[in-house]
Amino acid sequence: MTIHVRFFASLRERLDVVDQELAASTAATVAEVWQRILGDTEPPANMLVAVNMEYADLDAPVRDGDEVAFFPPVTGG
Amino acid sequence: MIVEVTATPFDPWQRVQTHQAQHLSAGRYGATAVFVGTLRDFNDGDDVSSMTLEHYPGMTEKYLEQISKDAAARWNLLDTLIVHRVGELHPNDPIVLVAAWSAHRKDAFEASRWLMEELKSRAPFWKKERLSEGGERWVEGNTEGY
Repeated sequence: MTIHVRFFASLRERLDVVDQELAASTAATVAEVWQRILGDTEPPANMLVAVNMEYADLDAPVRDGDEVAFFPPVTGG
Repeated sequence: MIVEVTATPFDPWQRVQTHQAQHLSAGRYGATAVFVGTLRDFNDGDDVSSMTLEHYPGMTEKYLEQISKDAAARWNLLDTLIVHRVGELHPNDPIVLVAAWSAHRKDAFEASRWLMEELKSRAPFWKKERLSEGGERWVEGNTEGY
């Protein structure tokens, strides 16, 4: 009954936060996942979000077993 | 259609040659468009001594496979190849290879360009530079491609 939460790159370092598990009953959306872990810290305006490795929005629903990821703008290539 | 994310240094020209020999039929393709991105030793006015590339294992490969499929649906392609480095890189190391094969140049040119721009703007990779003068910093964004 958990949601797997992941953070990447500069976002992870700046927030000093690690990947973690969250009880699925405590969050119904991506925004609520953020809030459970980071409290009042506002998500950066340019932050990207993925649910189960697909791009999603902060208001996307989350379910038991989902993997939610937060990361900064990408800089590959 | 092959997508590879690797922590091992690679020779892009060798990869193109090997892929062509193994996956394409001689005489069928008339156009091969290749883009290779290489690590510079300067960025934003500073000398760069090395770089660490982080990715999101699973999502990165999935995203690159998706854009490869999208390109195959949009253009008349015989094959595509994407190879991208992660881990620690040094100046002059190849970072990315995008290659597209088609019968005529239009499809190969356009598809390889599109794949590269999609990769740059949406594939989950992040660069952290180590500077020659000491210190390190995350690269904040990519330059415009068009």
